[in-house]
Amino acid sequence: MDLLAKHGVIERNASLLLVLSLVVVCIGGIVEVAPLFYFQNTIEKVAGMRPYTPLELAGRDIYVREGCYLCHSQMIRPFRDETERFGHYSLAAESMYDHPFQWGSERTGPDLARVGDRYSSAWQVDHLMAPRSVVPESVMPSYAFLASTDLNYSEIAAHLKANAIVGVPYSDEMIKDAQIDLVAQTNPDGDASGLLARYPKARVEDFDGDAKRITEMDALVAYLQMLGTLVDFSTYDEKANER
Amino acid sequence: MLAPERRPPFLVSGGVIQRVLLIWIKGGALATSDIARSSGSGADLRNIGWFITLAVGAFFTLSLSGLSHDDAFRAHMGLITAALAVGAFVVLRTTGKPVVAVDTAGYFDEPIRWGAILTMFWGIVGMLVGVCIALQLSFPDLNFGPWFNFGRLRPLHTSGVVFAFGGTALITTSFWVVQRTSRARLINDNLARFVFWGYQLFIFMAATGYLLGITESREYAEPEWYTDIWLTIVWVAYLVLFLGTIVKRKEPHIYVANWFYLAFIVTIALLHVVNNLSVPVSLLSAKSYSLFSGVQDALTQWWYGHNAVGFFLTAGFLGMMYYFMPKQANRPIYSYRLSIIHFWALIFLYIWAGPHHLHYTALPDWAQTLGMVFSIMLWMPSWGGMINGLMTLRGAWDKMRTDPIIRMMVIAVAFYGMSTFEGPVMSIRSVNALSHYTNWTIGHVHSGALGWVGMISFGAIYFLVPRLWNRERLYSMRMINWHFWLATVGIVIYAAVMWVAGITQGLMWREYDQQGFLVYSFAEVVAAMHPYYVARAFGGFLYLLGALVMAYNIWMTIAGKVRSERPIAGAVQLQPAE
Repeated sequence: MDLLAKHGVIERNASLLLVLSLVVVCIGGIVEVAPLFYFQNTIEKVAGMRPYTPLELAGRDIYVREGCYLCHSQMIRPFRDETERFGHYSLAAESMYDHPFQWGSERTGPDLARVGDRYSSAWQVDHLMAPRSVVPESVMPSYAFLASTDLNYSEIAAHLKANAIVGVPYSDEMIKDAQIDLVAQTNPDGDASGLLARYPKARVEDFDGDAKRITEMDALVAYLQMLGTLVDFSTYDEKANER
Repeated sequence: MLAPERRPPFLVSGGVIQRVLLIWIKGGALATSDIARSSGSGADLRNIGWFITLAVGAFFTLSLSGLSHDDAFRAHMGLITAALAVGAFVVLRTTGKPVVAVDTAGYFDEPIRWGAILTMFWGIVGMLVGVCIALQLSFPDLNFGPWFNFGRLRPLHTSGVVFAFGGTALITTSFWVVQRTSRARLINDNLARFVFWGYQLFIFMAATGYLLGITESREYAEPEWYTDIWLTIVWVAYLVLFLGTIVKRKEPHIYVANWFYLAFIVTIALLHVVNNLSVPVSLLSAKSYSLFSGVQDALTQWWYGHNAVGFFLTAGFLGMMYYFMPKQANRPIYSYRLSIIHFWALIFLYIWAGPHHLHYTALPDWAQTLGMVFSIMLWMPSWGGMINGLMTLRGAWDKMRTDPIIRMMVIAVAFYGMSTFEGPVMSIRSVNALSHYTNWTIGHVHSGALGWVGMISFGAIYFLVPRLWNRERLYSMRMINWHFWLATVGIVIYAAVMWVAGITQGLMWREYDQQGFLVYSFAEVVAAMHPYYVARAFGGFLYLLGALVMAYNIWMTIAGKVRSERPIAGAVQLQPAE
């Protein structure tokens, strides 16, 4: 117990107490968090991941803005019931371009990690407008205002650029053509070849069913419709990626 | 100050313009020379520096609002301008009035008085929003988009109770404790005012931002980049103020409560800065993108998130316990050695526990295992704190019966013990497989938040108010009893209901029939939650009701009223205030 008697030294020196506390709390963070940034196997090797299209990114911002993550997870755990209900368990690679991540912590509503292509866009719009019209048990709020709000995409290139700064591989060309790509994705009758060359498998559609304008509903549904659809699981090697 | 004959001619005539200009001139002089000399005598000109600061701040945010093309940013900056303008106006109204007598103890208690009031205010706001969103989950037609949808109100509730109620309680009590245990006045009155009101501005910025949809979507760290920068400035000032006051103490030893407060302040600074690293779209945009992505971002966030619990809601409030419990019980802390061991063990182990929020996710297994092991070890130092608190009452257990404030503190520590036992259990991977994503987590959080954080704060405020306003005693002791029972019954209903709801939810999700099919659709599980959601809202409502009883009691005490009531059996009558 002699050691404890020496504690008096720390109790008499405020700076020492401060420095020692800081050192003690730093250890855990350094040992636990830091390795994730340089361990090669933290993120699996997969085929098919690409950055979000400008429209999907705008939709993702709306998803964040409305706090969807508070009720919907985007992280399927490797359990039988979850994979049967929601699809293949989530990989780290699938959120590698997510700034910030949207894994969530609650499932008041179902997981959305693979909701893309599961329902028609018309269903998604109906559901967002009046959730209980298609799912009577739902407790979700109505998001009808999204359909009547024009999407403000004048600054979309700046959004792509900020993502590029934090590490998303948006090329200069992608940033330059961001507005063109955004509009092209909502117009199934136009020329989307540039968009599709830059963002393979992007879904081109008038998502909200209102061809006259681009609304926040267009963007959100475009985002929902691509969730979990990128990785090609036919080429995914589960054993090689075990961690 | 300029003599009348030397004033420029436009100042000689009376009127508003003259007054404002004079204030600018006086304030300019004060800002350069006298600003640090805070407690002057005679007419109060101290506030002029503040008026100028607030006015310049309001002008700055108004300019930002005008220059931006981001609608949310424009609206938010407009609201902040309004808040600063109101602040400037209030300061202007008090300028020139005679200085109110400084308190005799030589301690700086002005922000503590405001803090006691605002802790109550934010507590009630945060809890009220909590009851509202509980009702929204029960009756979804109560959502009024876009501003009052669940998704925007939920961060308002969590930040409202954690940072507005809890944070104000921590700052308030830490100001009191550090002065009394160091026998030293806060190093600088204006710095203390800046920390206190700067933090209130942070709360305002965060809360209004949530309603406008300005969020980083990092749970319990939702405010956007500029609000984060503001909080960083305030927090560094808080560290300087707190540490500086300890440094100039007249006691040889730093009291244990201050170790916990100091660890809380310094660790929150570290967590806040690292977790909120992000790149804004532009300096005139509310939106930013976090520096990290995916799995690294998730672990950084939950390293933050769990230690917001560990250092904000635990270490800080343990500091509160270590001062107010022995004071109210009038007995020394049970064990000095235990406090040393459990302090260092607690702050060392807590930091590791974050990954238990990410069990079975795409986070590598080694990190999950590490998080689980340390979470279980954390049980011991947590209970070290509980034992030290409870055993302080050794030989004075009769106070449980006679002193409702002690009873409140004891139930707080008991709930602390319960939730720090439940936590490690839930961090075990196989338990977490069931509990994660369910309402069990919500129940767990609330047994800690309502039981521990809420009750210990109420106890501290009940202790402080008669002393801060020099009242003989609280308006009513019996009303504390009412508060105690309303709150306790509320918590028990809340936690029990959410526990059953969570386990039901988890089991229904994974139930298979004999043919190997899932028994329930997801929507059926949502429907099954309805009665639990309603009962939870009721439990939360009882807790809110208790807080309202307290607010009335505090209000009447400050007003100087004493309720004539039957004394509590066996209680020592009317102990004079400090």
